Amino acid sequence: MAHLPLTPDQLRAQFGPHLNLAPPGGWDAQTQPDKVVATHCCFCGQQCGIKLKVKDNAVIGFEPWEEFPFNQGKLCPKGVKRYLQGGHPDRLLHAMQRTDAGFVPMDWNQAMERTVTEIQRIQERFGKDAFALLSGVSLSNEKSYLSGKFARLGLGTRNLDYNGRLCMVSAGAGNKKAFGVDRAANSWADILGAEVIWVTGANVAECAPITTDYIWKARDRGAKLIVVDPRITPLGRTADLALPLKPGTDCALTNGILHLLDKWDLIDRDFVREHTSGFDETLAAARTCTPEWTSRITGLPAAAIEKAARLWGEAKTSFLMHARGIEHQSKGVENVNSCINMVLATGRIGRPDCGYATITGQGNGQGGREHGHKCDQLPGNRDIENPEHRKYICSVWGCTDAELPRKGLSAQEIMNAIHAGEIKGLLCLCFNPLVSLPDSSFTREALEKLEFLVSFDFFLSETAQHADIVFPAALHEEDEGTSTSAEGRVIRLRKAVEPPGEARPDWAIMVELARRLGRGRFFEHFTSPRAIFEELRVASKGGTADYAGITYEKIEANLGIFWPCPTEDHPGTPRLFEGGTFFHPDGRARFIPTPWRPPMETVDAEYPVWLTTGRVVFHYLSGTQTRRIGFLVEQCPHPYVEIHPRMAERCGIREGDAVEVATRRGAIVLPAKVVSTIRPDTVFIPYHWPGPLSANVLTARNLDPVSRIPEFKVSACRLTRTSADRFPPELLELRRMARMASSLQGSIPEQVL
Amino acid sequence: MVSEEYGFFIDPQRCIGCRSCVASCAECGTHRGHSMIHLDELDRLASTQTGPTVCMHCEDPICAMSCPADAIKRSEDGVVHASQKPRCIACQNCELSCPFGVPIVFSGLEQMLKCDLCYDRTSLGQRPMCATVCPSQALLFAPRHEVGAMRANRPLREFLIGSLLVKTRNAIMVPDPETPLHLNAGLLCAGDF
Repeated sequence: MAHLPLTPDQLRAQFGPHLNLAPPGGWDAQTQPDKVVATHCCFCGQQCGIKLKVKDNAVIGFEPWEEFPFNQGKLCPKGVKRYLQGGHPDRLLHAMQRTDAGFVPMDWNQAMERTVTEIQRIQERFGKDAFALLSGVSLSNEKSYLSGKFARLGLGTRNLDYNGRLCMVSAGAGNKKAFGVDRAANSWADILGAEVIWVTGANVAECAPITTDYIWKARDRGAKLIVVDPRITPLGRTADLALPLKPGTDCALTNGILHLLDKWDLIDRDFVREHTSGFDETLAAARTCTPEWTSRITGLPAAAIEKAARLWGEAKTSFLMHARGIEHQSKGVENVNSCINMVLATGRIGRPDCGYATITGQGNGQGGREHGHKCDQLPGNRDIENPEHRKYICSVWGCTDAELPRKGLSAQEIMNAIHAGEIKGLLCLCFNPLVSLPDSSFTREALEKLEFLVSFDFFLSETAQHADIVFPAALHEEDEGTSTSAEGRVIRLRKAVEPPGEARPDWAIMVELARRLGRGRFFEHFTSPRAIFEELRVASKGGTADYAGITYEKIEANLGIFWPCPTEDHPGTPRLFEGGTFFHPDGRARFIPTPWRPPMETVDAEYPVWLTTGRVVFHYLSGTQTRRIGFLVEQCPHPYVEIHPRMAERCGIREGDAVEVATRRGAIVLPAKVVSTIRPDTVFIPYHWPGPLSANVLTARNLDPVSRIPEFKVSACRLTRTSADRFPPELLELRRMARMASSLQGSIPEQVL
Repeated sequence: MVSEEYGFFIDPQRCIGCRSCVASCAECGTHRGHSMIHLDELDRLASTQTGPTVCMHCEDPICAMSCPADAIKRSEDGVVHASQKPRCIACQNCELSCPFGVPIVFSGLEQMLKCDLCYDRTSLGQRPMCATVCPSQALLFAPRHEVGAMRANRPLREFLIGSLLVKTRNAIMVPDPETPLHLNAGLLCAGDF
């Protein structure tokens, strides 16, 4: 059983996180690079262009890539310091197996043989679907595509899903319902000419920092900014109208806006008649959403709701953006559709300066969700249960329909099935569910029940610590490939250095595993990322996410190509829906009624405070990478709980006090950060840390019925001031390390803490 | 030489507190791990407002005036440089005298370092590292004549420190630049207000 082989302290001593503070050779090395490689950042869906400086097969620093059109040299601090992962002492260099004495290096061949034996044993005994694959969308398009094909034809399991399930999957489902396609409707260039920008549930400044400049450029030309968020984020601080609504009430607000748009006759009736369907039913569902009703549900003043409707309704151009705030809910898809309803009602889409987008969170959150990486999907964003779609993919893959598994379980449901003993074995790559899934005590129990866990990882993540076999994987800058940014722009990732030791790109490990499983005939032609991409092009052809006309050379020559791009002479499609033509067979967009319903957990006498979770600018997702970079840890070493002064006073809590935050799942003790930039009835915890520092000890496994996304953004909690000696030792250790890193600034040789 | 055409414009209103400027300053070729930018939370209890402080490059730099070792030089293009290593005695006069709080005496080096406008980059026509990476472009390096068209706020390059008028190469972006900005530098000049 996959219990930890050593104590957490012993694991930390061996595998980190340690902090890398300086480039190889130290700051004074004054090294001239051998080459400079123009590629992209590995963090977040904006996929900023960056040039990596390389010397002796090590990334020694970066240069801004000013020619790349999206970010023109701009980078957030994660991008600036990302190069410190490369020569990191925590890198895994050999295959390892877990023994009673901890992880020990294992001969690669033996590790492969053991893995194959275990997969075959489990599948023969319990059935093919008893072995699952969980993967992630920090992977390139090529690796994402291969993960889908490997699960279906390599392992023959239907149980494949990905960590996009915790990201933008509600947006994807909502977009498919409304538009028949899942992609940002516009490139970010259309933000610049918008008269009104509506940002909802998106901490743009911290989670998509470069987008801030697009918004400000529009504001310099007179645009008004509306920000909807329970917290006053760094962008919200300057908004023309901030709407700090109660967590979980988003579609009550948007329904209320729709109601007012109709009442004040600010609907583009011609557009609605000619290009959409479902308007009347949708409006009827919002009929009772008067400003007074909306105010009661959302906790916003009726006058503010009216002002927002006025600003939105009277504008001639606009851009609406949302992110996890509205999507991480048990009605994530409804929230998304209610936003789209607002956009469609004004007809401001498919034209210059009129746009709509989800801000995809993960590095390849867009491309990674298009090519069969999901439990219900085949390449080209095809449906695994659609007979025509299956037939086409079978023809591309050279398999029979019987060989192609049907729809499987989603990420949380896979973990539930592991916990229930139905799934016995797991391959986990590019995913750290122990930190990122809700209810982490449950996740730990599930991992401990696995008969066999194999991980591919470059650092030993908290999940990989439970693995039986670990294969060392390659970093972003150690492989070629493509990814697709939040805008829908397909871009080229370039290999800057060779992977260290025995580390290999995930695709190469998967191909070898497939061959050893006797499924080589479907995979052996994949000798490079380019070979995988060439098959992806064919497999996506004719699907909505059509990459058929995209080549590596074309991407490089144009600094990115927007899909759909069906033929090689097609220039790509930066703006979707021009002329009011949508992707449904009748060409019409769909209004979807979104009657309001409460979150699955609400506050009560026992748990009277709303809890919401999210990210900070210094860390990425489960922190496997960023918690190892000195500068980033120095800025934000550990989580905290943001509490409004009024709530703090009521609970007798002062700045820095130890606070126990408890929900029905569990409790953690964190320092209080008393700030008036949050609703008095709500607290916030960033989620990037493991174990007793994990916000996901508190969150619930409540899922959206359609997207199966967990409700990270709404829980009910209780706050209790407690003694400082209850701070977890992990927190004190991080604090110590950050202080040490800070004091070393200025006198840094090559240093690792 | 850094082109006189190009100005450095600081707009705290746009600042999102991400510290990319602080992170990247250390990465500039000649800075070797030392960041010379200050990024402060102004009053986190009340607001998420943060403020970046980079050298304003005064026309008549107070740091240089206060330096007993004559270690701080201003080049003809208006850039005030870090202290000259052989001269600097790490006395911290510059730290104490600068009205903007810019210079830092690094204890390991026993030397004052400050923003040199990334001279290695700007003298070759590139932008300074911080203004290149700044996600919100709260730090902007751009031709002076273009800023009016680019931005709603206006550049201000004159500051009153008590009764002392300080003119700078770099600018703070403000809604109304007609009058010099009073910097209430604390009790020392309280009598002037």
